[in-house]
Amino acid sequence: MAGNKIKLTEKNVILKKISEQKLLLLLMLVFMIYFIVFRYLPIAGWVMAFQNYKPHLGFTGSEWVGLKHFNELFGDPDFFRAIRNTIGMSIIRLIFGFISSIGLAILLNEVKNAAFKRFTQTVSYLPHFVSWVVAATIVTTSLERDGIVNIFFTSLGFLKEPVLWLGEEKYFWLIIALSDMWKEVGWNAIIYLAAISAIDINQYEASIVDGAGRLRRIWHITLPGMMPTIILMIILNIGLLLGTFTLVEQVMLLDNPMVIKVAETIDLYTLRLGMKLFRFSFAASAGIFKSLVSVILVFTANAIAKKLGQRALI
Amino acid sequence: MLKKVKSLTRTNEDTIVDIIVYIILGITIIASLYPFINILAISLNDPMDTYRGGITIFPRIFTTQNYKQVMDLSDGQLYHAALISILRTVTGTVTSVFCTLILAYILSKNDLFLKKFFIVTIVMTMYMFGGIIPEYIVIQKLGLINKFPVYILPQMLVPFYIFIVRTYIQDLPDSLRESARIDGAGEFTVLFKIIAPLAMPVIATVALFVAVAQWNSWFDTFLYAPSKKELSTLQYELMKKLASSMQNLGNSRARLQGNRSSNQLTPLAVQATMTVIVTLPIVCFYPFLQKYFVKGLTLGGVKE
Repeated sequence: MAGNKIKLTEKNVILKKISEQKLLLLLMLVFMIYFIVFRYLPIAGWVMAFQNYKPHLGFTGSEWVGLKHFNELFGDPDFFRAIRNTIGMSIIRLIFGFISSIGLAILLNEVKNAAFKRFTQTVSYLPHFVSWVVAATIVTTSLERDGIVNIFFTSLGFLKEPVLWLGEEKYFWLIIALSDMWKEVGWNAIIYLAAISAIDINQYEASIVDGAGRLRRIWHITLPGMMPTIILMIILNIGLLLGTFTLVEQVMLLDNPMVIKVAETIDLYTLRLGMKLFRFSFAASAGIFKSLVSVILVFTANAIAKKLGQRALI
Repeated sequence: MLKKVKSLTRTNEDTIVDIIVYIILGITIIASLYPFINILAISLNDPMDTYRGGITIFPRIFTTQNYKQVMDLSDGQLYHAALISILRTVTGTVTSVFCTLILAYILSKNDLFLKKFFIVTIVMTMYMFGGIIPEYIVIQKLGLINKFPVYILPQMLVPFYIFIVRTYIQDLPDSLRESARIDGAGEFTVLFKIIAPLAMPVIATVALFVAVAQWNSWFDTFLYAPSKKELSTLQYELMKKLASSMQNLGNSRARLQGNRSSNQLTPLAVQATMTVIVTLPIVCFYPFLQKYFVKGLTLGGVKE
């Protein structure tokens, strides 16, 4: 009896709360519908990977084929080539990105002249704000046969004759990494600068008293002080190994018939099969593979972060 | 005197480190700025003269003809593209900020019914994606292909922004909200008259994030409205120019000379000029951008 009564009053409290908040809850319902339609329906659309999806038949009318598309996918050399390309480009991008932005932050920290520091910083993240279309236009213009890069290397004698950089398979991954570095280095350095500014200034003073030079201070104080942030950023990036939206933009804008073998990433493979060849179901199976592996990577990285004593991200 | 003491304590190591630091930062500055100045110089130079090569930071034969001619290409298509670019940036930013603010405000209420459920539903979408093809089919089923709202709706609510704004609102003193409620003010009065003005810094940050993303976007046009002329944007027009020059890669003669019969323009001049037009708004707003973006980055980076 008593339990019932408590339940009743609990129910009353909830009902009262709902009636008080009915306007907010009604709005919330609209937002939830938005998320369901634009974010969850596409996930529900994964069923198409187990069908022979035909647009005019829809999800209910299309024929079920089980794992046929997945079997075909794992038998397709192009798919494995796409995985190799994606991971290869992602890793090179990450290495260049990390070293350059950490380096820039350290160098900026060594500048005593505040105005020069601010100017360098402000200029260095200008490329971050322009679109990849603009960046890619700049990259292709610079890498022309008579572009600035060839002029530079030939005039210094490193090259006998101009190279068509974008037309050679062996340079493509490097170009992707370097152009991403050029665009994002200043921006990515911000987070490391913030980490440096949190380092206790007393540590530096103590080391000066102990007679440590600037290089030793960088090595023994600045770098260790940045370590938690660096590790956090590495972990955050593990989930992105199978490709990010910027990688899609970058490769789509810079690839060309001469380098297609090393340029096609998982997302572009999906796009080619889905949008050009209209093999919707097959393309969706590649997309599912990517999504699932990415989620597993994110959660694994998160677990590692916890083990290492980092704050969990999720 | 003071200077002398300072210089006495400087070691060789200090000097060497300084030299290296300034050299590398100097290279960084040049690498960040030069490409833009070069493109600007090419856009202001006579196209036939550019063909001779060697344009670096100053135009050799100054002209503004490129701009006039580029805008007049294919019956003023670019004017229309510019209009769509502006329209999508303004509409997209306003709707996105408005909805983000309301949603963040609702989620900032401590006693919200089913709060945890709502938050989990939103957070999940940060890690799970349907993928390009299922998303395309949803957009198609909604009848949004080749429609203007396709530029606004799919990225209208971004969980990251919602949580930045929510954290900011939560950090405002509770007493403000409570006293207004006691005075009988409705939820929306509290939100728009009290919370919103105080949350201006974070609102400006999110608005700029969204505006830049909108202005720079081309992939959605490529995917959802590739051949709809009325919906083409500046970025997409530039992207088409870039794509056609990538098809002719290695044939720089074609790129530089182009089709000479119709007018003086060369593909390189067209690309450079369009690049400047597309980049100009970003450069104009740059002081705001860098101020608020950096703030936003630390807002989001520290908390979570």
